[in-house]
Amino acid sequence: MSKLTWKEIPIGGVIPKGGTAIEYKSGDWRTFRPVIDVNKCVNCLICWIYCPDSSIIRLEKHVDVDYYHCKGCGICAEECPVKAIKMVEE
Amino acid sequence: MSKVIGLSGNEAAAYAAKQSKVDVVAAYPITPQTIIVERFSEYVANGEVETEFICVESEHSAMSACIGASLAGARVFTATCSQGLALMHEMLYIASGLRLPIVMAVANRALSAPINIHCDHSDMMGSRDCGWIQVFCENVQEVYDWIIQAFKLSEDLNVLLPMAVNFDGFTISHAMEDIKVLEDEEVEAFLSTRKVKYKLDPNEPMTFGALMLPDYYFEAKRQQEEAMKKAYEKYIDVVKEYEKLSGRAYNYLHEFMLEDAEAAIICLGSTTGLVRQVAKKLRGEGKKVGVLKPWLFRPFPSKEVLKALENIKSLAVLDRAISFGAPFGPLCSDIMATFFSEGKIIPIFNVIYGLGGREITPKEIEEIFNLALKTAKRGKVEEKVKFIGVRE
Ligand code: SF4
Ligand code: SF4
Repeated sequence: MSKLTWKEIPIGGVIPKGGTAIEYKSGDWRTFRPVIDVNKCVNCLICWIYCPDSSIIRLEKHVDVDYYHCKGCGICAEECPVKAIKMVEE
Repeated sequence: MSKVIGLSGNEAAAYAAKQSKVDVVAAYPITPQTIIVERFSEYVANGEVETEFICVESEHSAMSACIGASLAGARVFTATCSQGLALMHEMLYIASGLRLPIVMAVANRALSAPINIHCDHSDMMGSRDCGWIQVFCENVQEVYDWIIQAFKLSEDLNVLLPMAVNFDGFTISHAMEDIKVLEDEEVEAFLSTRKVKYKLDPNEPMTFGALMLPDYYFEAKRQQEEAMKKAYEKYIDVVKEYEKLSGRAYNYLHEFMLEDAEAAIICLGSTTGLVRQVAKKLRGEGKKVGVLKPWLFRPFPSKEVLKALENIKSLAVLDRAISFGAPFGPLCSDIMATFFSEGKIIPIFNVIYGLGGREITPKEIEEIFNLALKTAKRGKVEEKVKFIGVRE
């Protein structure tokens, strides 16, 4: 995509639509990735609540990670009460 | 039909905001601005306005709430000064960067340390590059008129910038004057309701305050500077339209006895009245002096200043603030740049005065005029920056 000039961008840096963070690949920032041991996970959803990036995906029996957005902060691994999440270097 | 009522500067600001039918006021009281907030909260309590009045826990929060309200499309007003303005500093840039119309009354006051509650311009001068439109008022009438005009200019869809209306703390904020006020309906017709380009709306979500790294930040700022140019153009339309309504004529500058003047003083705010009086007296003695008062400070009316001072041979620039370590005070720096950039070299000197509420006397102003006349004759400045009224 070609870059817009100052005359072309919407005023005040507004993006005239919502939910745009979905398109932003924050997973690019990651050095460590959370890896879930699905056998250990009790599906308590603590990681889902704590993840600052809404990158934990809820599944029927256990959770999963949206690696497109997960930036590898490690909070989920820290908070998991059964130590089901390990941070593994990329 | 206008009527005359007695109001202090603070009361005039609150009254004008009331007549402007503001939707949201978020403010924190600070001396000498407190009465604006006090009076406005009375209007709200008495049901005289349909304004959402938000009591916040600091000026930083006040400006934050104003930003949120303005994003939602509200007409927004606040007031502050001094340390309170300093506490808003971060949010001032966010308001202008997001291109949000907000009107703020600033009862100019010195900044600590040492603690001082009296007037000088160091508060707003410390925020002069924050991207807000800024005017300086000379008296209570101007405070009233400028608050109303500020909404019009700030909310114009080609401008969309916040605007600060400055007036000298205590000297204007607490001085009672008879002023002419408009009828509510007249103000309503002048301002109409605020129109918006983008706003916070759950039914039509948008992203505000997005990240703009090296790829777009510069473009956003360049665009913001262009808005200042638009404000400069729109300004004159607003004052002309207000003149039709009120009969009171504003312009970029107020020029006094400048046509044939050899020496002139330029300064901001309430001091200008006294300076004009002294100029009149000196004219009586055959001395060719004049006075220039800019109303608009940001964007700076360089073209108009040059034109008004076309034939001047020497100029004294009065600054009620120090720009520490800089060659000159803030107003003088702008004047120097204005003259130099057009290749006009005349002897200009800077006078720092009135810090922390120190009075400037007619005798001192006379001295400045005489020095300017002497400088005009010699064609050369003796002392670039003078401190007047300080114990040597
Ligand atoms: S590492 Fe951080 S961002 Fe990634 S899923 Fe865990 S909490 Fe969310
Ligand atoms: S915190 Fe641990 S146990 Fe709970 S859902 Fe997340 S991974 Fe599973």
